[in-house]
Amino acid sequence: MPVLDQNGTQVWRRRTGRESLQRWFGWLLGVAVFVYCWQIISASTTWFFVWDAPRIANDIWTRATPPRWEYITQLGRPIWDTLNIATLGTLISLCLAVPVAFLAARNTTPSALFIRPIALLIIVSTRSINSLIWALLLIAIIGPGVFAGVVAIAIRSIGFCAKLLYEAIEEIDQTQVEAITATGASRWQVMAYGIVPQILPAFAGIAVFRWDINIRESTVLGLVGAGGIGLQLSASLNVLAWPQVSLILIVILVAVVISEWVSAKVRGAII
Amino acid sequence: MLQLKKLTKTYKTGDQALKAIDLEVPKGQVLALIGPSGAGKSTMIRCINRLVEPSSGEVLLDGVDLARLGSGALRKARREMGMIFQEYALVERLTVMENVLSGRLGFVGFWRSFLRKYPQSDVDEAFRLLDRVGLLHMADKRADELSGGQRQRVGICRALIQNPKLLLVDEPTASLDPKTSRQIMRLITELCRERGLAAIINIHDVALAQMFVPRVVGLRFGEIVFDGPPNGLTPEKLTEIYGEEDWEATIEKVDDSDDIEAAE
Repeated sequence: MPVLDQNGTQVWRRRTGRESLQRWFGWLLGVAVFVYCWQIISASTTWFFVWDAPRIANDIWTRATPPRWEYITQLGRPIWDTLNIATLGTLISLCLAVPVAFLAARNTTPSALFIRPIALLIIVSTRSINSLIWALLLIAIIGPGVFAGVVAIAIRSIGFCAKLLYEAIEEIDQTQVEAITATGASRWQVMAYGIVPQILPAFAGIAVFRWDINIRESTVLGLVGAGGIGLQLSASLNVLAWPQVSLILIVILVAVVISEWVSAKVRGAII
Repeated sequence: MLQLKKLTKTYKTGDQALKAIDLEVPKGQVLALIGPSGAGKSTMIRCINRLVEPSSGEVLLDGVDLARLGSGALRKARREMGMIFQEYALVERLTVMENVLSGRLGFVGFWRSFLRKYPQSDVDEAFRLLDRVGLLHMADKRADELSGGQRQRVGICRALIQNPKLLLVDEPTASLDPKTSRQIMRLITELCRERGLAAIINIHDVALAQMFVPRVVGLRFGEIVFDGPPNGLTPEKLTEIYGEEDWEATIEKVDDSDDIEAAE
């Protein structure tokens, strides 16, 4: 009872005394658990390495600077591959995600009982596995190279794009669909006139958003041998060529910033 | 022309929206359907073109039972019935012209409609209709740029370009101001007269219905409790349809003379 009666005036409090006490004990318990966990972590940490970290970091920093600028001539091709992996992968995934989204959306699925669960399973399974793991699997199946990277990115993106798209489909204004149906339009015409115009802005937004994410994801795919700039990164790391590593990191950073700028521009233009 | 026989709709929740409705609409008659919210007005209209599936009964359009048609035949039958909606239900991101032409979807194939390659006769008719409702200059605007009254006019064009026998009109004025409401009602009734169209107009503005239509049907809890000319709507009848209320002000003869400039 947050309202108390004191000498005839009604005093309002956020919580009763009992509730405040419970909350206080809750916080106490939380702090106790935190302290206990801290001790366990501390006991299993080799503190020597931690105290040593600033010195090592400084050591790597001095080795890595200045970046080996002339190495940039060898990075043009890999960064181009990375961009292609991201772009092609996104395009392929969009082609596959659109039908999956229509099958998964409650208002467009042909059968909510049989087909919708399958579509949702595709979405969940492709989404839950990281593209690096997909790449590892695909390299084993189709061999190392750019193609494995493209397929890995494509598969990983299906679930993401299809999920966002089917949510957009479920949120459309149903009366517009009704109006088109009432004219005697066929199922496909209803889709083209009643549904597609309504989800087009969402679709464009999802496409550039995923492309932007995929550029970042495809930079690391080379670490497992799926092509792109990650290949150079792992090669340079293996031979401890720190000035090359720092240059690669700068190139990746620039590529990501540019892609983010492009996708922000495109989304701004649509909305 | 249109005949409903024992039309019944029971929703999955068990609500009986329509209880064995019998109704006949002759060719060219405009009819207003009044009744409180939840009386089944919208359900009845939607059962006729089967946006809502009727539970039992017959919907006879020129002798054909629409309730039993397969999906292909139903599409053909829907072309005969134009529908106008409360919130206009235009496809907001398409142009006025595309919205009007979408009324022809039942007549053109998928690829033609997808590529917007409508027959010239359809395009001519679209321009003629837009001119008739005074929106010719808006043909290239996107639907979401129009005002409420303008959108409803586009909705009317979309229904009429189907060249239907029957108009199903669901609360055409509920989202419009009083003056625009009258203009839209006048436009609909005029167009019906010009083309000899029958129409069922759901409306909850009783005065507006009395002003424009020759026949009023009152619905209450899914049953017809009144069917007759507008001046037959006495306070007792309105009480039967809507429940107890002072009805004298509502059925007072509305003076229409201040509205003449709006008629053009």
